Amino acid sequence: MANPWPDNGLLTLVWFVLCILAVMLPVVLAVAFVIYFDRKIWAAMQLRRGPNVVGPFGILQSFADGIKLVLKETVVPASANKGVFFIAPVLTFVLAMVAWAVIPWGYINGVKLVISDINVGILYLFAISSLGVYGIIMSGWASNSRYPFLGGLRSAAQMVSYEVSIGFVLITVLLCVGSLNLSDIIEAQRNMWFFIPLFPMFIIFLISALAETNRPPFDLPEAEAELVAGYQVEYSSMTFAMFWLGEYANILLMCAMISILFFGGWLPPFAFLDFIPGPIWLILKIAVFFFVFSWVKAAVPRYRYDQLMRLGWKVFLPISLGAVVVVSGFLVAFDLLPNKG
Amino acid sequence: MILQTITFYLFAAITIAAGFMVIAARNPVHSVLYLILAFFTSAGLFVLIGAEFIAMILVIVYVGAVAVLFLFVVMMLDINFTELRQGFLQYLPIGGLIGLALLIELIMVVGVWQFGPEVAGHAIPQATTNGMTNTEALGNIIYTQYVYAFQAAGVILLIAMIGAIVLTHRTRPGVKKQRISSQVYRDPKTTIEVKKIKPGQGI
Repeated sequence: MANPWPDNGLLTLVWFVLCILAVMLPVVLAVAFVIYFDRKIWAAMQLRRGPNVVGPFGILQSFADGIKLVLKETVVPASANKGVFFIAPVLTFVLAMVAWAVIPWGYINGVKLVISDINVGILYLFAISSLGVYGIIMSGWASNSRYPFLGGLRSAAQMVSYEVSIGFVLITVLLCVGSLNLSDIIEAQRNMWFFIPLFPMFIIFLISALAETNRPPFDLPEAEAELVAGYQVEYSSMTFAMFWLGEYANILLMCAMISILFFGGWLPPFAFLDFIPGPIWLILKIAVFFFVFSWVKAAVPRYRYDQLMRLGWKVFLPISLGAVVVVSGFLVAFDLLPNKG
Repeated sequence: MILQTITFYLFAAITIAAGFMVIAARNPVHSVLYLILAFFTSAGLFVLIGAEFIAMILVIVYVGAVAVLFLFVVMMLDINFTELRQGFLQYLPIGGLIGLALLIELIMVVGVWQFGPEVAGHAIPQATTNGMTNTEALGNIIYTQYVYAFQAAGVILLIAMIGAIVLTHRTRPGVKKQRISSQVYRDPKTTIEVKKIKPGQGI
């Protein structure tokens, strides 16, 4: 967005704060409704009703839960490492929020809606999502308890493993775009969304995104049946709420990344639908992918840990590495490289 | 410019403080966490001079991967904190010497640029090249001018990785493993035997 006060003073700061609030508040609100959405889908797939008491159709359930969590007492384990214990949920929440700074929402009246349209947008997203592991690993360690610690260790190994294949998938997309800027990535899909030529990469990215956000079937860090709730065991009230918010904001972010990388971000599916503004398309796409995430959660049983590692290192890594070679070879052979020169 | 200046001093101060805390913290896990903070704020400093690619790679590689493994190992170690402190005076001279050498080198590098650019032969390289993103600029220089050095670095890292695997890999007998292929190739004919059992009789 263009800055009306470009004089690098205090007003610039005010403008940035306004921009940040304009993105952050809707994201937090969206998270509240998305949790409700998730529970409803999950319930529907199990032939239950799901939340239906608070508000019409139970739509205000998340707010009731939020108020309940705020009013609860924060319990701190006696032998916990206090500082790290409290930093961990804050870190998770903050990282889940700052990533939205580079997501481009499209144009309204020729004004590009993005807080920061940086050159290395996709690397920024990758960097922030790779930091997400710290919230979990720190909480696991700081709780000074067995189950959280096991959850933290599992999570660290899992996220590091799946990041590798996510990185290679990003490289295949970037080879087709020739820029690390998110708006350029979207513009490059004006003729054809990338999920058509790069379909296998899309599948790998979707599954890795599930693993990266610790969603079922890869929710081993918080496997209820064996680790109680993994790294969150010792957390209560607001600290727990922050983990919850951060986790769902991360899931939405992954959905946004899938939409941007493979489904043309704010571009409409057909040119004649151009009159509907970009942000609506992006939000719709995010909602569709969130539905896929919930669907998978309800339909697929949890992986065993060694199977999870096998999938990451022995299946996805060779395939995605091979795909980088194949895609770059194809682009060079048919002279399709985006930036020649 | 005032915002940039404030941000610079903020990041620089945090980096130095975090760097100091890495060696001063009593708990090794806290040391690693301070190290991560130092990496992260240095990435912020890189962004401030316009080297956004290096900044992001620093975060992805060092913070996102290397430091996670550090933390992983340090967290699992059973460390006796008093024992850890004992060697401090013994190693102080060597550590001090290395620190001093690094300090002198840094002063020489920066000092030459600052006070005698004609001696260095070139001015301080600019992070922002005209009309080119620095990802592009880096790619251009790495894959043309320094391509052999770059490839050699890659080969060395690969050899180090293979070496580490060879040195630590051991095959233990009696470990249960899932073999997906043999599971897939199982078929009812070889694994299930259908027997007809007459009523009132066992097998």
